[in-house]
Amino acid sequence: MKSFKVLGPGCKNCLTTAQLIEARAEKLGVEITLEKITDMATILGFGVMSTPGVVLNGKVIHVGSVPGASHVDQWLR
Amino acid sequence: MLEIFGTFADRLVYAWMGLAPDSRLGQSMHFFVEDTTKIFFLLVSVVFIMGLFRTWLAPEKVRGYIAGKSHGAGYLLAVTLGAVTPFCSCSSVPLFIGFLEGGIPLGVTMAFLITSPLVNEVAVVILTSIMGWKMATVYVVTGMGVGILGGLLIDRLHLERWVEGYVWSIRMGAVAMGEVDGSLTGRIRYAWGEVETIVRRIWVYVLVGIGLGSALHGYVPREIFLEYAGADNPLAVPAAVLMGLPLYSNATGIIPVAEALLDKGVPIGTVIAFMMSVVGISVPEFVMLRKVLKPRMLVFFGLFLAIAFIGVGYLLNGIFA
Repeated sequence: MKSFKVLGPGCKNCLTTAQLIEARAEKLGVEITLEKITDMATILGFGVMSTPGVVLNGKVIHVGSVPGASHVDQWLR
Repeated sequence: MLEIFGTFADRLVYAWMGLAPDSRLGQSMHFFVEDTTKIFFLLVSVVFIMGLFRTWLAPEKVRGYIAGKSHGAGYLLAVTLGAVTPFCSCSSVPLFIGFLEGGIPLGVTMAFLITSPLVNEVAVVILTSIMGWKMATVYVVTGMGVGILGGLLIDRLHLERWVEGYVWSIRMGAVAMGEVDGSLTGRIRYAWGEVETIVRRIWVYVLVGIGLGSALHGYVPREIFLEYAGADNPLAVPAAVLMGLPLYSNATGIIPVAEALLDKGVPIGTVIAFMMSVVGISVPEFVMLRKVLKPRMLVFFGLFLAIAFIGVGYLLNGIFA
């Protein structure tokens, strides 16, 4: 099971990112958990300054933009 | 090269749509068609090209460049990098905390945050191509000046006490940069992604700006501007700033409005003060910054910017009179 975290203060780009990951996971039939982190201390604890950031299984894999769908698919595989 | 947009607008509006060049509707439509095609063309090109180079300009790296620099160098670097570093306004809070945590002084951090929305490379390119390099230079120099001044003032007044207390206790993990696909296709894909994200975020502002600009251009007589916003009305500058405060647009979106205003004979200082007031102060940005700044600091920040923009207006009107 892959566990995703989307880091960001709750802006539109962060929301889009979370929805994109959920949609791709459903499409590919991959089971995931997804958590939206809005707490600043936690976000910075991951070393992320430009949001949205994406964390997969505890590791930061993306920062600063809405990821492309093909990117998300790679994480899900 | 950019004349083709004017030529295209001539054809479309005057020849194909059959509108008379001296009619109000014709003038408005021409302005609208020319600016829409030109601005979106430039927007997409500049964002794409910057996207290709973006990996060298990530805000995370900016922190590394500024940290440990002397004060003077820190300020110059902060406003320059603030101008060329793109980030979504929702990143301003984590960046703010990240900068302070990295030991960058509050004044330098605020200088970066003030300059970033005011000046950016897309706006500079579009300003240059629509209103000429002089206007663009004046805008950039004054925008950075306001940023430095604000930072220095915050430093001098030791306003660290007006930053929320929890900010100082946050400890940051190792800076995460995300993996970058450095190959050409990887960079192109990334750059195209940037274009999509940014265009989706600002196209409304740009279209509304062009629409307003077209309406002003075609329908509002020059005399009205000369009477109320002309050079001999000393209250025009503060009025322009006050009008701009509640309005919010992206730096790119306000350019067509500024173009129409200049065209109607509104003095350059008044126009730039208005632009900065619309772009530099926004409710969403303030709501965001409230998370890290105490209300007093927000009031101070807003007042400083309003006064600085008014000062910029008078100064430029004086110089270019």
